[in-house]
Amino acid sequence: MAKNMKLVTSPLNLNNPILVQVLGICSALAITVKVEYAIIMSVSVLFVMAFANVIMSLLRNTIPSRIRIIVQLVIIAALVILVDQVLKAYLYDVSKQLSVFVGLIITNCIIMGRLEAFALGNKPFESFLDGVGNAGGYALILIIIAFVREVFGSGTVTLPGLGELPVIPQAFYDFGYQNNGLMILPPAALIVVGVIIWVQRSMTRELIED
Amino acid sequence: MKGLLKYIEKIKPNFEQGGKYEKWHSIFESFETFLFVPGVTTPKKGAHIRDAMDSKRLMSVVVIALIPALLFGMWNTGYQHFLALGETAGFMQEFIHGLIKVLPIVLVSYIAGLGTEFIFVYIKKKEIEEGFLVSGLLIPLIVPVGIPLWMVAVATIIAVVIGKEVFGGTGMNIVNPALLTRAILFFSYPSKMSGDKIWVSGLDNGMVVSDAYSGATPLAQAASTSSEQLTEHGFKFFNGLEKESVTFFDMFMGWIPGSIGETSTLMILIGAAILLYTGVASWKIMFSGLVGAILMGLIFNMFATDTNPFMALPFYDHLVLGGFAFGLVFMATDPVTAAQTEKGKWIYGFLVGFIAILVRVLNPAYPEGMMLAILLMNVFSPLIDYYVVRGNVKKRLKRMSA
Repeated sequence: MAKNMKLVTSPLNLNNPILVQVLGICSALAITVKVEYAIIMSVSVLFVMAFANVIMSLLRNTIPSRIRIIVQLVIIAALVILVDQVLKAYLYDVSKQLSVFVGLIITNCIIMGRLEAFALGNKPFESFLDGVGNAGGYALILIIIAFVREVFGSGTVTLPGLGELPVIPQAFYDFGYQNNGLMILPPAALIVVGVIIWVQRSMTRELIED
Repeated sequence: MKGLLKYIEKIKPNFEQGGKYEKWHSIFESFETFLFVPGVTTPKKGAHIRDAMDSKRLMSVVVIALIPALLFGMWNTGYQHFLALGETAGFMQEFIHGLIKVLPIVLVSYIAGLGTEFIFVYIKKKEIEEGFLVSGLLIPLIVPVGIPLWMVAVATIIAVVIGKEVFGGTGMNIVNPALLTRAILFFSYPSKMSGDKIWVSGLDNGMVVSDAYSGATPLAQAASTSSEQLTEHGFKFFNGLEKESVTFFDMFMGWIPGSIGETSTLMILIGAAILLYTGVASWKIMFSGLVGAILMGLIFNMFATDTNPFMALPFYDHLVLGGFAFGLVFMATDPVTAAQTEKGKWIYGFLVGFIAILVRVLNPAYPEGMMLAILLMNVFSPLIDYYVVRGNVKKRLKRMSA
């Protein structure tokens, strides 16, 4: 049981896919302008990753290892199309904003990486937990980056269902405060990721390399 | 001075190991070595000879070299202000107006930058190596006078932290911290870093100006010259008031709107002379940068078309417009971020000048190509050094095997 818990918790910090494995950076740069996008993206990735892991794990003894990559791609692609269609049907505006990046979940290195490294050699339930854990680690960082970028870049926090909530009080703007335009640009996401990695490494001893 | 030295010697034991204020040792030492050359001499044994010219003394030379540009910038700030108002003012009145406008920017940049450095030194328990002495004075000279002070502080702190401290402090930084501050300001708050309202003090606060006044810098005017204007009367630069045109000489002397310290090429040349005489800056970088800019300017002149009239701007005008001269003399020659090898300096300097004019002319969104060119070459300078060293190794190996 403790081992299963670890499958979920370890990717949140010590084995974080973005911070430690440095995977999935592309989407972290692209869709973290608003918190809402980051949350929707995270949920989509969570769904795809968890179920891709389970399906892969179920099939793991029947697929010849030569064609496993193709099978993995088919599974992921099918799930991504599912997500994409659901978003288009129920969250059309968000889906338009996320545009190609939902489709690009197919190429998200974290998903393929977990299928290869974990689901191919483990039972379905463990694989499910691993998928949830890694998607959770991805989501955590994505939302932190999006929060920093949106608060400093636009002065708001956009949550699904609640819309744009102003965070910086109007009095600040009257006093001459301005939103930081750099935060809207993709390089800012890279800087924020860098700073988070820096903070994480200086706080956790296990990660310090010699 | 003697008394000060005695006082420092007296309180020194408090900061040594086991002393009362042991925790503050790093900060005490920073002040001590700033005031006096450290009393460490070359060991009796060994082949090293240590010069008294340490990095802090080096920095002071650069600061001295910046003083002419700073003082001129202060006067020019006042001059432009009263010119925009349409009033006549005496020299002292203009200078004092500029002093009041510029001094807070200098103070804010120093307090924000040094504060950040001191915090990091305190955490790391390392001796401070004062690189920020120069950066703190460079920052006010490369921003427009209308910049809000809090923006300067924010950008300075970000630049010092992510441009310098994460790499290990002074001497380890990849890009020039002062220039990085400007880049952060430029991309974060574009409305306060470009346009024609911010170069003259008071203009952005709805100051009543005389008729037909425009605060655009000559560089911006050159960039926006249309092909009809070009065929009609060529490039013409205005000093705002009554469309009073300025000549090459005016732009060389620097009484034009622009960032505080960058307008006067003459004052920058005085600074360059000080830097070159004391051997602090590399003449190779300055010279090859000049060659690169002139070459690129000439190439554009040759292929000037109607679609981009800016290409026809005479190459010599490029040298006195915008931040080119300032960047080449004070920024590109930064010994930490420039190429280290002698051959590398030629390549580095040349590309800085070349790319600066390239960006300036071909990219209308970034009129200040010098900033981007230097930052880009800062990133590439380790690569240049690497290949220069490899080339040298190869040559020597060949000689050995022959």
